[in-house]
Amino acid sequence: MGQTINGVLRRHGLILAFLVFLGGVAFNAPSFLTPGNILDVLRQVSITGVMALGVTFVVLTGRLDLSVGSLLTLLTVIVVDQHNFAGPFPAIVMTLLAGLAVGAVNGLLVGFIGLNALIVTLAMLSFLQGLVLFYSGGANVNVANAQETWFAVFGRGDFLGIPVPVILFLVAAIIAGLVLQFTSFGRRVYGVGGNETASIFSGIDARWTVFWTYVVSGFTTGLAAIIMGSRVMGAQNTIGQGYELTVLAGVILGGTSLLGGSGSIWRTVIGISMLGFIQNGLLLLGFPYYVQWLVTWAVIIIAVWIDLGAKRGRIFA
Amino acid sequence: MDDVILKVEGITKTFPGVKALDDVSFDIRRGEVHALVGENGAGKSTLMKALAGLHKPDQGQIIYQGAPTEVTGPLDARQKGILLIHQELSLSPELSVAENIYLGAWPTNRFGVLKKRELRRNASAALQALGCGFGPDVRVGTLSVAMQQMVEIARAEAFRANVVIFDEPTASLTDTEKEQLFHTIRGLKARGVGIVYISHKMDEIFDITDRITVLRDGKVQGTVETAATDLNQVTRMMIGRTLDAYFVKAKAEFGEEVLRVDGLSKQGLFRDVSFSVREGEVLGLYGLVGAGRSEVVETVFGVRKADGGKITWKGGEIDLPTPRQSIDMGMALVPESRKEQGLVLMMGGRENTSLPHLRLFSELSIMNRSRELATFEKYRSALSIKTTGPDQAVSQLSGGNQQKFVLAKWLCADPKLIILDEPTRGIDVGSKSAIHELIADLAEQGLAVIVISSEMPEVLGVSHRVLTMSEGAIVAEFEGDDMTEENLIDAVSHHRGEAAA
Repeated sequence: MGQTINGVLRRHGLILAFLVFLGGVAFNAPSFLTPGNILDVLRQVSITGVMALGVTFVVLTGRLDLSVGSLLTLLTVIVVDQHNFAGPFPAIVMTLLAGLAVGAVNGLLVGFIGLNALIVTLAMLSFLQGLVLFYSGGANVNVANAQETWFAVFGRGDFLGIPVPVILFLVAAIIAGLVLQFTSFGRRVYGVGGNETASIFSGIDARWTVFWTYVVSGFTTGLAAIIMGSRVMGAQNTIGQGYELTVLAGVILGGTSLLGGSGSIWRTVIGISMLGFIQNGLLLLGFPYYVQWLVTWAVIIIAVWIDLGAKRGRIFA
Repeated sequence: MDDVILKVEGITKTFPGVKALDDVSFDIRRGEVHALVGENGAGKSTLMKALAGLHKPDQGQIIYQGAPTEVTGPLDARQKGILLIHQELSLSPELSVAENIYLGAWPTNRFGVLKKRELRRNASAALQALGCGFGPDVRVGTLSVAMQQMVEIARAEAFRANVVIFDEPTASLTDTEKEQLFHTIRGLKARGVGIVYISHKMDEIFDITDRITVLRDGKVQGTVETAATDLNQVTRMMIGRTLDAYFVKAKAEFGEEVLRVDGLSKQGLFRDVSFSVREGEVLGLYGLVGAGRSEVVETVFGVRKADGGKITWKGGEIDLPTPRQSIDMGMALVPESRKEQGLVLMMGGRENTSLPHLRLFSELSIMNRSRELATFEKYRSALSIKTTGPDQAVSQLSGGNQQKFVLAKWLCADPKLIILDEPTRGIDVGSKSAIHELIADLAEQGLAVIVISSEMPEVLGVSHRVLTMSEGAIVAEFEGDDMTEENLIDAVSHHRGEAAA
């Protein structure tokens, strides 16, 4: 506990810096902390947020999923295209199934064959980028009857003044959090991430555990694609580009350790929301949109640094 | 008398909830071997880490060569002439012996380029002074554990160390290697080096040390001349009571056969291994490190896959099981390494205890927390485990308490067979005898027990029957009056001689 006082201070330091940043932006851009803008940010965050939920499962086992960015692209193209072709409901089902399938392939390669997670999912990122173009032929797709379809509810709807995507994100987060904290599957995830050998000696099949975390990640990216497709009512072939790093940045900014075994869903919700406010604030301050890539870099470096510091603290105890 | 090289004065170090060191004072003289003993959690490691600059004490000071000294880190300590030789060696396997001796303090010219010739020359001189049989260019990863230890000791020569601290140096050495180590230690001693020797092995303490300082609960219980004391007194100082019966053997009342293994083989590890164990029986498995004992039981349990062989469980032949199937049948394996194989260190006792039996602690996959807590509390009091609560990370507990959680996690599901692989390695005397008593209890309750140990008194003391293993094969079996140290040594060494011829 004493060792972590240092960690707590660092963590608070980060939150303090964040609050100072919020104050600074609000001072210079009065619209920043208005309810309208806050809801906008949350709406924006809901897509990366839903993806980050699944990625949190993967990271908790001590592994990575960098394929989610181009998986988001592929699934958004699928949901929009199939909406035109087969109607909204079949489109949604197909999207989720495709997400599960890609997750299962990653899970097979990492969990059962034991290949390096970074390489496997990076390669999948490339593969899916290509697959998108095969699927779409390079053309952008748009929902034909955007004004009439009930499909619009996921990305554009409101319920009691709160955007539906935000509600979807929060509900998914609660479910994911409950699964991790209160089910035996959640316990296996923490066990494998905390000490894979000891978990195997305890009769836990680490291969299946890892496999299922990738399936969860594929599924949540499917949900995110539905929100994305519904919000944009179309899809370009680059729509999810770079999302894998934004999502990862949110997860580790929340404090989930890349080494596995420690972290949680609520941390991810906080991390990804902080990231959303930082990026929105910078836009309001007049920075160009591409400043977000620079921010992502800084956030990843700082968060990993803090994680390492906390680990060192423990080693010296 | 100014032959005191290093003096510790009133050092106090507090971790949250624990006073790890409480006003500790002791001194080390030139040319003496000074033992530091105490149960796990007594504060030995913390004290040594304070000397090596890994911990900053809250109070007190270190007086080195007559002047108050602050040690800022391991490298600083080494350059000042204080060398800590860890229980787990801190060498880089890919680097050469010479590079390892000077690890982190390589001689370089002003452009930062390594002065290889100087490095080799100095390293080679240090190795020769110790009489090592290998040169400075050998890659450390290819050396045996004992040789790697010599590389660490060579640092003492290379840095002209005045104080060398050995932390459990014989943990993975054979008897011959141990003798060589003692020879080296005597050499350092003759040169006027002050040596601190930490060990749980009392015979070694009495063999090599001049004085003994006993720590208990972070306090110094006293310092005595080794020649003027005996085991009984030291033990009493360590645990506050004497140990009358070190070993308790369960009553020899055996029931049905629980496990039979026939012709189990695994290429390169062990061959044609057969044995059986009955209800209420404690079967000992003795052999030197590397004989294949752990590999055999890990294969029986299913963590490793066998090439061939047959396993019979309670009279029925079964396929070679997975760990899950073994656990569900009622098999339990307390593995050799509790930190790597036994526990998830960042989890608390509650979660570690339920980990192998998640199905028993859940309904429809939802964990039943109150059942977990009840089990945690039951074993916390039954095994008198010292922890602040169900969610205190087990990484913060002493080795003995960690080992008790490994036992709890297996006992809570009522196994029929429990395999204990080196159950008392690296834990304190008190916890040790608690575990020996537990083994006897379990056997009397009708469990089949297999105990693996490299400590001969232990394996003879707790077992009804002993198998000896050497180089991947079972070479002999002893029962009753045949269970003697001489017979075990004969069995192991005779076979080794044969294999060499």
